[in-house]
Amino acid sequence: MKRSIVLTLCVLLASCSNDTAPRNTGVYMLLDTSGTYAEELIKAEQIIRFTLSRLDASDSFAVARIDTGSFSERDIIAKASFDDRPSAINRQKRLFAQQVSEFVENAKPAPYTDITGGLLQAVEFLNEKGTGTKTILIFSDLKEDLEKGYIRDIDVELEGFDVIALNVTKLRSDNIDPREYLDRLNAWQGRVEKTGGQWRVINDLDGLEGLL
Amino acid sequence: MSFMLGITPWPAVSALLWIVLINAALYLIRNTVHKAIQAAAQGLHRSFRMASKAVSRSETNLAVRNRDVLLAAGREAKERIIEREFDRINETVRKDLANYSALHRSLSESIGRIEKDHQEAVDVPPDPPGWVKAVGAVADMDAKDGRAHIGSILSDIHKSLVKAHKEAMTAYHAASAKRHKLLRHMRPDWRKIQQTLAAVGKSVDSLLSRSVTIDRHMQEYEDMIHGHDRAMSVLSSSSLVNFFVSAFVLCIAIGGATINFSLIARPMAEMVGGTSLIGDFRTADIAALVIILVEISMGLFLMESLRITRLFPVIGALPDKTRVRMIYITFTILFLLAGVEAGLAYMREVLLHDELATSALLRGDAGATATGEYMWITTAAQMGMGFILPFALTFVAIPMETFVHSLRTVLGLMVISVLRALALALRLLGNIFLYLGTLLQQVYDLPLFVPLWIEERMAKAEARGASDQGLKGARL
Repeated sequence: MKRSIVLTLCVLLASCSNDTAPRNTGVYMLLDTSGTYAEELIKAEQIIRFTLSRLDASDSFAVARIDTGSFSERDIIAKASFDDRPSAINRQKRLFAQQVSEFVENAKPAPYTDITGGLLQAVEFLNEKGTGTKTILIFSDLKEDLEKGYIRDIDVELEGFDVIALNVTKLRSDNIDPREYLDRLNAWQGRVEKTGGQWRVINDLDGLEGLL
Repeated sequence: MSFMLGITPWPAVSALLWIVLINAALYLIRNTVHKAIQAAAQGLHRSFRMASKAVSRSETNLAVRNRDVLLAAGREAKERIIEREFDRINETVRKDLANYSALHRSLSESIGRIEKDHQEAVDVPPDPPGWVKAVGAVADMDAKDGRAHIGSILSDIHKSLVKAHKEAMTAYHAASAKRHKLLRHMRPDWRKIQQTLAAVGKSVDSLLSRSVTIDRHMQEYEDMIHGHDRAMSVLSSSSLVNFFVSAFVLCIAIGGATINFSLIARPMAEMVGGTSLIGDFRTADIAALVIILVEISMGLFLMESLRITRLFPVIGALPDKTRVRMIYITFTILFLLAGVEAGLAYMREVLLHDELATSALLRGDAGATATGEYMWITTAAQMGMGFILPFALTFVAIPMETFVHSLRTVLGLMVISVLRALALALRLLGNIFLYLGTLLQQVYDLPLFVPLWIEERMAKAEARGASDQGLKGARL
């Protein structure tokens, strides 16, 4: 009798034990606000809203701009770790969308483009959140333009990260020499995959279904 | 192969030599091989036969047990039916015949009143006024004979008599009217008596029909007590019917429970969180399921307390006072849970609207957030369902009881069929092995046809020699 009780308790405890691996999703989106790319922010807002609609309880989402020095918390426009109550999630999503809208309306072009700094900040944020899947969305033309004195020649540890470049527009120079565009993409893919990350490019914003 | 064909310079001779050698070897060990094949075949045959017999015994035991279970269940059900019939008779007697003395008194009073009225209404005709005619005749004579003074006296007498007669007739008419009135008063009494007697007749008829039903049930009960085959077949078929019908109703109930679950699982996330897991399942889902299971349990207890079902004998055996308390407690819990469900159903609708509004906002379709004028209908319907479904699920106890009881019998019948098929298969296998042994012996003898033919010839020759010697000996 005693043995059967112990056995039953063990089975119950085993069934109650939670899988320690987190199952939530973390998304960090970098918005390029440099030069003419600032005009593309309307599209970025659509992507953010789509992402918000896909996220659920206990997921984390942050949107940050890429400017002269992006490795800073000050560049985060909006961030949220969603509650596990549905009503609270809806409130958080509405607030998030509102913050992004306000930013898009008042965004000013940045003189420089520090993508690496933003990537570092994204990795730090998502690692801190400890989410199950980590996705970094880069809404940029991927043309990095650093101010003099900024050191960004560093490897970013991207093991377990999905890095997705969105709306990588072609620059005027790319039209003259498309190799520049391809080289730019290949360079970023090399950087990401070198440190264990997964790289993807989505330019057709109508096909966002596979984004998350 | 080349080695075998190379034992002589001529392969054909080598092959022939090998055939002769192998034949000889096979012939020499023939008896031993035959015995071995026979022993193996017999062994397998017996083993399978034994297994078949064991399975058949199990099947018989199970059939007996199943029969006992079926009869016991049938007896119990029949006892309940008879008990209910007696309850009904008791109720009829208590309700309709308990006040028989009052009824009798009422009938006697009515009859007494009728008798009295009848006596009073006896018609006594007035005396025939013959002397009035005599006086008339005298008066007529007076007119003829010229005796005016007598005539006038008699005429006065005649007048006063006519007057008296008229008064008597008036009194008689009044008395007749009074009698008719009395007779009219008797009519409600007659009707009352008729109605009372009809009611009594109806009660007695009802009792008689119930007694016929009880007789029929008692006959069936006796059949069950004696274990008659007819009772068994009736019980088996009714058990199967009960099983399928109750399974069908339970499937419907499961559908209802699933709808109930979908009504409350979503808002449950608001209470216990949407991300926590127990095992591989969301805590909110488990909480919703627990609420539904608690409701079903309460329904079961309520039905038990009401003595509609008898799944828990302990509850049925409780003192009436405790049982009634239990009815109130379980009903209160059920009512509260139904209220909680209605609240959760409302919450679900609110959450749904909130989510739709958020989705519309995220899509940039703000117009879609406007709710329709008649949305309150769906909200009310959901709340109503949330409140009603727990009570509807209460009645699951009835088919569940039937299902549980019939399941034993149906499972027993199924296992019996399986065991019967298994016994047949084992028996068949045993026979197959037996004949397989004989076949193997024949197949073994097939290549040995030459030595066997020689053996047969030699045996015949020996037999012939022995018989010749016998004949010679007889002649000598």
